[in-house]
Parts: sequence; structure tokens; C-alpha cells
Amino acid sequence: MRLCTFASWRVKYNALRENYIKMSDNIKVTIDNITIEVPAGTSILEAARKVGGEVAPPTMCYYSHLKGSGGKCRTCLVEVSKGSEKDPRPMPKLVASCRTGVMDGMEVKSMTSEKVLDARKGVTEFLLLNHPLDCPVCDQAGECHLQDLGYDHGWESTRTEFERRTFEPEDIGPNIQLHMNRCIMCFRCVFAAEQLTDYREHGILDRGEHARISTCISKSLDHDFIGNVIDVCPVGALTDKTFRFKQRVWFTKPVDAHCSCTKCKGEVRLWMRGDEVYRVTARKDEWGEVAIASDGKPGWICNECRFEKKKVSDWVIEGPSNISRHSVISQGHYNKTVHEPQIELLAEVIGKEPIMKMDIHDVSDVNKPNVHLNQIQGPAHSEDFK
Amino acid sequence: MEKLTKRAAPIDRSPMTLKERIYLPALLKGMSITVGHIFKKKATVQYPEETRPFSPVFRGLHVLNRDAEGRENCTACGLCAVACPAEAITMEAAERKANEKHLYREEKYAARYEINMLRCIFCGACEEACPKDAIYLSETVMPANFTRESFIYKKQDMLIPHPKKDQKA
Repeated sequence: MRLCTFASWRVKYNALRENYIKMSDNIKVTIDNITIEVPAGTSILEAARKVGGEVAPPTMCYYSHLKGSGGKCRTCLVEVSKGSEKDPRPMPKLVASCRTGVMDGMEVKSMTSEKVLDARKGVTEFLLLNHPLDCPVCDQAGECHLQDLGYDHGWESTRTEFERRTFEPEDIGPNIQLHMNRCIMCFRCVFAAEQLTDYREHGILDRGEHARISTCISKSLDHDFIGNVIDVCPVGALTDKTFRFKQRVWFTKPVDAHCSCTKCKGEVRLWMRGDEVYRVTARKDEWGEVAIASDGKPGWICNECRFEKKKVSDWVIEGPSNISRHSVISQGHYNKTVHEPQIELLAEVIGKEPIMKMDIHDVSDVNKPNVHLNQIQGPAHSEDFK
Repeated sequence: MEKLTKRAAPIDRSPMTLKERIYLPALLKGMSITVGHIFKKKATVQYPEETRPFSPVFRGLHVLNRDAEGRENCTACGLCAVACPAEAITMEAAERKANEKHLYREEKYAARYEINMLRCIFCGACEEACPKDAIYLSETVMPANFTRESFIYKKQDMLIPHPKKDQKA
């Protein structure tokens, strides 16, 4: 009898408690006419990402796993057409959604607002003012957030007549290539170095138009986990030197793999061509950020996994990665097709084995079986092809 | 049974008349058609001495372009290869060294560039995709050959002559 009352009391208590949490913590916000409930303290951007799809504003500087990031690039501007339930006045200007918290009953317009789309177009134009547009040379092409932004929101041509800002090339170590001309000053790499490594060697030097990513003075970036600045960089300003010019991103095949690493979780994405591992990166989620690993933390990877393990035997391959169908990287990859056992139909029809008249490797100089570009430390040079 | 079409004509199987039996009228009719064709315009041309007039948008053999100083335009961006519906184009890129600046226009260049002409369908998608004006389809008709190996065109087979070094250009 006593047990029974205790149980019923407990059920009642739990129900009340849940109700209380719902009432106190979750607030309603409407983004592009879609209402969702989010905990108080969420930013508009995070709420929009919960809705997902095209409602989520594009971000160039905000990175959810890096504390303090955001508020610099202004690509995530949204219109707040109703401040909250208590104060329904609209906000007078567009607000940066990554830096603005949601209020109860707030109404936000992201992609449904003409003002927002126009502002994003302007912001994109500003970001591209000094961008060199050397996408044919850049290794980031194909997975570049600025390319996506320009494609979605940019002008077709430039209107500026001034010279673009240029910097002297700077060597920041054997593994990471810095192209300061391409940088959009998002500060993500600074936060990543600050929060992931034991010591930050690089930062922003000078200010205004002269502001640049640099080390003080001529240091090399080699602290462990510093390789993650490559993954957080939204453009091609920081790229992997061991992958430099080896392959275009869309000709490599992304494969999820893991290894037993003492320093990191070892869950990575390999970018392969045939049996050769060309590049190792962290796994990315749908927002282009490092995905959450199996231990519930962001899956940053260590320098050894990223730069040194370039053999298939170093990894346990799980299977092809899920790449958005709209990405150029997914061209020619058919992930979810069923592989039937192949029937040698031709041999059956003609009654004999077909004769191979030419093996392409006998004639072609490209992709020779005995030449392994992925084993070269830096970019290939003319003598590597002799 | 009802006929499927109305075009079927019944064959006349009645015995031949005298005019038909001596064959000469039919023979003369046939010969007049043959002789008439002698005086008509010929359907063939004496290729390769003569060529047909080509359309101004004719797409023939590929050439790889150089700039005015003779540096190669191609930067191995791979857009031609990704645009190619026949997957005929392959390439490998390399980084330009300091002493190679007179050879290549950009810091990255195509160390190897090959087109498999057995696969190429001359659609011109590569020319359209190229951001560097590096590949063009010329007005040369693809030459025939006896071996398959000769259809793998390498970079040196397609590069245009150097504007300063090759004076015959």
C-alpha cells in the first residue's frame, strides 16, 4: 500500500517536473512561418538550424564548436519582424542571427524576407571585394563556403574597379599552406588554435585593410591539433600542404574510416582515389562543421592522423561518406545503389572471353600504377613527373 | 483481316504484255536515269585534297592554348574533366617552381594532360567549362589511325606552337 502511493506520487512528481521544465525553459520562436520550441538562450541561428534546410542562414565566421566565434562576417543577417510576445515591436535593423538570442514568441524572417536576401547579396559582394577568385588553382574549390555563398547570393560579375589587396606569401610550416590573399578574416582559425592546441602561434596582425593572419615572427604552426584550422577555414586560405595540387576535391572519393589513435578519437574522412589516400579530414556535418564523434564531442583530429597516415593499411574503412547530392563532390558517386553480382554478359553472348586490345596504363602517363603522388610530402613538382 | 496500314498495294499478277516482255522500254528508262546522274552534281569530294565547307561552329581536334608570352594557360583545375560527358580527359597537376615562371602562367599547372580521343565525342563541353581559355576545339578533323595507342593525345600533342620560339607558327 505504501509502495503504491510512493509510485503514484513519483509519477505525479515527474509529470509536474517535466511540465515545469517545458514551461520555464522552452520558448516558441517562428522562423520563416515555421514554429519550433527551443530552450531559452539559443541563438536565432541555432534555432534556424533546428528547422533546417534553406531556412538556416549561411555562416562564414560562426562555428558552433568554437566559443566566441561569430558576429564578424554578417552573412547570417535576418529580419526580426516581431521582437517577442511581451514586446511585439520589430527590430529596427537586420540582426546577426548568430549573435542574437531568441525571445518567446519571436518571429524571424530569413529566406522569406526581400531585405535579408538583398543584404546578403551586399555582404557577399563585400566579402568578394578582395578575394582573388583563383578557384581554378585553389584546393578548397568544390567544398568552399564562399563559393556556395557566391553561387547562392552573389552578383554575376564584380563592380569594383580597384586593385585587390595582396600579401607576400608566407611559409607557416611543413603541413599547412597559408594563402593570405584568400582570407576573409573570419577569425575561426584563431579560435581553433586558442581552444584546441596548447599554444597559439598565429593571430591577426595589423588592422583595417592591412589585417592579416600571421605568426610573430616567422614561426611554424606545429602544435598538435593545429591541423584543424584547415577544416574550420571557410575558404582556401588555410589548406593542407600534403594534399596541395594533388587532386581536385571532386575527383577523390570521400570514405569514412577510423583508427585507434591515442590523441584523438580517430574518426576521420579519407579522400581516396583508387587505393590511394590523398587527404585526411575530420568528418563534416550538414553545416560544413566538424561532426560530433561517437563520444559526443566534436570530432577534431590530431596532426598525426591528418598529415601522416596516408596508407590504406593505417585505417579501418567503414564505407562511403554521405555527401549532399547537390555537391560537385557527389558527381559520379552512386552511394545507395544496389550492387548485383556482375554477370559477364558479353562473354556469354559472344561465346568467349573478350580480348583486351589496349591497357590504358601502357599508353597513358596519368595515374601510373608505380607512381604514388599521395606519398610525396608537399605538392608535386616537375621532377616528380620525369 | 483488317489491314494495319492503308499503304499496302496489291501485286498485279496478270500475264505480261508484249511491251513488258521485250524489256527494252524498261531498260531505256533505267539507263536514262543512270546517264542523267552523270550530268548531276557529284555527291563525293576528293578528300583530303578537297574538303567540304565546314560550319563556323565545327568542333574538331583539341588544342591547348598559350598566352602571348608563350606560357601555358592550363592550370589543371579539372573543370574540363568534370564537364566531359565521355570522361575522356585526365590530368595531373604540379606546382610551378621559381625558375619555371616563363613556362606556366599560374602557380599550378598541368604536368600531365591527356585526352582519350577514342572516348571523346567532340561535344565542346571542355571548351565551354574552361575558365582560363586554355582548351579550344580547332577546325582540324580528327585524323584516322591504325593503332589504338595513337589516339591517346598527350599535352605535347595538343599544345599550340610557342609564339616566339616556333617561328613556323
